[in-house]
Amino acid sequence: MKTNLASALALAAALALGATGAHAVDAGAPAPNFTLPNAKGEAVTLDRLRGKVVYVDFWASWCGPCRRSFPWMNEMQQKYGAKGFTVVAINVDKKRADADKFLALLPANFPVVYDEAGTTPAAFAVQGMPSSYLIDARGNVSFVERGFTDESRGPLEERVKALLAAAAK
Amino acid sequence: MRKLIALGIALALSGCASFDPPKPWERGELAKPSMQFDYDRLDARTQIHIYTSKEAASGGYGVGGGGCGCN
Repeated sequence: MKTNLASALALAAALALGATGAHAVDAGAPAPNFTLPNAKGEAVTLDRLRGKVVYVDFWASWCGPCRRSFPWMNEMQQKYGAKGFTVVAINVDKKRADADKFLALLPANFPVVYDEAGTTPAAFAVQGMPSSYLIDARGNVSFVERGFTDESRGPLEERVKALLAAAAK
Repeated sequence: MRKLIALGIALALSGCASFDPPKPWERGELAKPSMQFDYDRLDARTQIHIYTSKEAASGGYGVGGGGCGCN
């Protein structure tokens, strides 16, 4: 009986502690690869974008700050798209219709891909919405932005510029 | 039987700890207006502001909402 009780307690502890998730992907770490479909069903693979500076943005229609970030991301894509930069926005809505409504209001000029299952945000261990990962030309995460306010714009653009300059060398 | 009791104890002790809370990217349902505790966000914000200043409290909870996990 004693051993049973001991193993029961061990099991309880294991169950209680088992809830800890994966480690967050931080600056300096290699970005986890993903292959996700865009609206046309074409696959977009992160590793294929190696050599480009990539801004991976996790967004959802229900996320308020995402509405702020879309105009900025459009601007960045327009400014630096030809210079080896791209935004990849990963939608995590459970219903595609919600994302479509959002995109009708805020059209995007950059690739938008869909991950209803949430495997990519789990791989990146996203800590809040929106979360963005600035990835350098070598495929390493250079900077993680959690949340988005108008104050995020300037510093982020500087980082994009610096990474593009480093990639051009 | 004893093993069953032991298993029962194990499950009872661990409680809900084995269930993960929704992840930040899974809070779409929680972000709906009908899921908010407050009737009106602006009103709730004002009330909390007045309450914390009158009570000289530091304000135990912010006005969250949105369920976006970014506040």
